Amino acid sequence: MKELSEFAVEMRDVVKTFKTPEGTMLNAVDHVNMNIKNGEFFSMLGSSGCGKTTSLRMMAGFEWPSEGEIYIEGQAMGHTPPFQRNVNTVFQSYALFQHMTVYQNIAFGLEMEKAPPDEIKARVGRVLDMVQLMGMEKRFPKQLSGGQQQRIALARALVKLPNVLLLDEPLGALDLKLRKEMQLELKAIQQKVGITFIYVTHDQEEALTMSDRIAVMSKGKVMQMGTPVEIYERPTSRFVAGFIGESNFLEGTVQSINGERANVLVPALMTEVTGLNTGKVKMGEKAVVCIRPEKIRISDEPVSKQNSFRGAVKTTTYIGSDTHVYVEVGKLTIKVWEQNRVSSLDPKAYYTAGQNLTLNLMPENTLILADA
Amino acid sequence: MLKRLRENKSAQGTLLVTPTLLWMIGLLIIPLLLTLVISFGSRDADGGVIYGFSFHNYLRLFGYSTNCDAGQASCFEPLYVNILGRSLSLAFNTTLIVISMAYPLAYFIARAHPKQRTTFLMLVLVPLWTNFVIRVYAWMMLLREQGVINGIIGWLAARLNIPFEPLQMLYTPGAVLVGMVYEFLPFMILPIFTSLEKIDNALFEAAADLGANPFRTFLRVTLPLSMPGVVAGTILVFIPVMGTFIVSDILGGRQVILVGNLIQRQFLDARDPTFGSAASLILMILTLIVTYFYTRKFGFGEEIVVA
Ligand SMILES: Nc1ncnc2c1ncn2[C@@H]1O[C@H](COP(=O)(O)OP(=O)(O)OP(=O)(O)O)[C@@H](O)[C@H]1O
Ligand SMILES: [Mg+2]
Repeated sequence: MKELSEFAVEMRDVVKTFKTPEGTMLNAVDHVNMNIKNGEFFSMLGSSGCGKTTSLRMMAGFEWPSEGEIYIEGQAMGHTPPFQRNVNTVFQSYALFQHMTVYQNIAFGLEMEKAPPDEIKARVGRVLDMVQLMGMEKRFPKQLSGGQQQRIALARALVKLPNVLLLDEPLGALDLKLRKEMQLELKAIQQKVGITFIYVTHDQEEALTMSDRIAVMSKGKVMQMGTPVEIYERPTSRFVAGFIGESNFLEGTVQSINGERANVLVPALMTEVTGLNTGKVKMGEKAVVCIRPEKIRISDEPVSKQNSFRGAVKTTTYIGSDTHVYVEVGKLTIKVWEQNRVSSLDPKAYYTAGQNLTLNLMPENTLILADA
Repeated sequence: MLKRLRENKSAQGTLLVTPTLLWMIGLLIIPLLLTLVISFGSRDADGGVIYGFSFHNYLRLFGYSTNCDAGQASCFEPLYVNILGRSLSLAFNTTLIVISMAYPLAYFIARAHPKQRTTFLMLVLVPLWTNFVIRVYAWMMLLREQGVINGIIGWLAARLNIPFEPLQMLYTPGAVLVGMVYEFLPFMILPIFTSLEKIDNALFEAAADLGANPFRTFLRVTLPLSMPGVVAGTILVFIPVMGTFIVSDILGGRQVILVGNLIQRQFLDARDPTFGSAASLILMILTLIVTYFYTRKFGFGEEIVVA
């Protein structure tokens, strides 16, 4: 009996070094550690070139780590070739076999397993049903729309019922509307079949809405790993706070630390700001105060003596559900997203340039991060 | 006048195809018709043509001798039928051997590092810069009794004290086959290479990902997707091999006579253009029939057409 591992896929200290055409060495993946739990919808999120595809290709077996080890269901993979791994890939380019019909494409993987013909037929039928493409069996990939081809690529991988499905920006080529539909559908399919999904995307909204957990990557390194709420509400670095959603950053020096709270002197505001101590800051060292624009409260008079700053409105942008207000405070411009809770035609309801007001940064909504 | 032309789409079309059409009529249709007419005639004493309408050239080609004595038991003369059969089977064999040599080579080149790929392709192409006839003569130097190959074997045999009689390689069907394979190999390598190179690497990865080992990936993905190249190459090799006479002339001598040689000799030596014309037309029809059935089955080497 194979010992069941808690993790579907583990990357332990994995490095992948490429020789670039310019002759230099590049760590496309740089000492990455990741644990992906069984049945999880796990996303790798990061900007272009951060090593997402390379990580995924190493899990699939198309590339081998230069250092470190990848475990699938607790088994060290070493140089196991792709056709002996219990994972399947949905390629960004779909990589459908143009000389085979939809049916033949999907049946291919089962034929390779030497499944009996009637089982193949039943399973292909079931998976076609799941991706809502019944009746298209006899078509060739070229006779399908982009969205339909995407579903075939998904069906071809799903039909194998792998433990892990690797998806490399599977919705990247679809238009926005179809993309949203497919996001919901993918998530529903994942919950239905209970297969671990490892999903590569550079669309943060996609990652936040679909994932159980996210790994935010940059330059080959994992910057932070956690649930969407953790990533958004408790970013552990300035990079993550800036990459996921928007943030105001106020640079300064740590003045005092009392347990959960830390005080930072912000020279540009000529005052101290109090916020949550994220544990990585040290007395007297540089730190950055980080607050999300929607978490700042606007008032006429200061709400408390702490973290309240007088400022003047510089510009505003009305975007329907919200108004984006840019406020000059000291030498800084701070962005504030105000929800438009009241329906009004009066421009004054949405703030006007030059208007004086107070910004209140609740210490519990304000993070003090090490300035790395 | 010009304005009228600008408005008249069908006149424009006619004008555009006219040069091609004239070319085709002048250099293809008219010569073909002439050949047809001549093939029904008979020759006079000086090798001129007496026009007429008789099938005797065709009958002779298929073995029914016209000057057959009444007393003879059988009047069937298989000489020319044998030549036709030999040409066909040589073309088939050449094509098969060329495919089996060219495919691995093309595969190797397609999989080579892009930098080396150019070098390998050049190596395939460079021989084509030398004249066809000269390259066939080179084979004569290699194969003849005092040639390079016999020389090397003889030298080795002398060293090892083995008695050695020079091999008779030149003027054999084998020599002609070797020459044909050599001449036409590049025309198979290039189309196969092109279709192999066009296959997206992700397809190989997808096949492996779905559980296919390299061998099954080759059978189920690589081979079907490279068939257009094989088909195109076959057409490029089979048809010229059927008609060429230089290789068999130089490497086959009087021993290996193909349709090409037959036709050439009828025009130049035997001075019977009527029989030569009949043979030409039969060669063309034979080639057309084979190509027709072949392309009906495999297409013309275009992309896989979606039904
Ligand atoms: N075969 C290779 N040879 C050399 N460098 C490579 C190779 N593959 C990837 N790289 C480099 O490794 C880095 C990471 O590439 P990777 O494809 O993993 O990025 P990614 O995160 O998937 O980006 P994207 O969002 O653009 O797809 C890039 O800088 C890329 O140029
Ligand atoms: Mg990528």
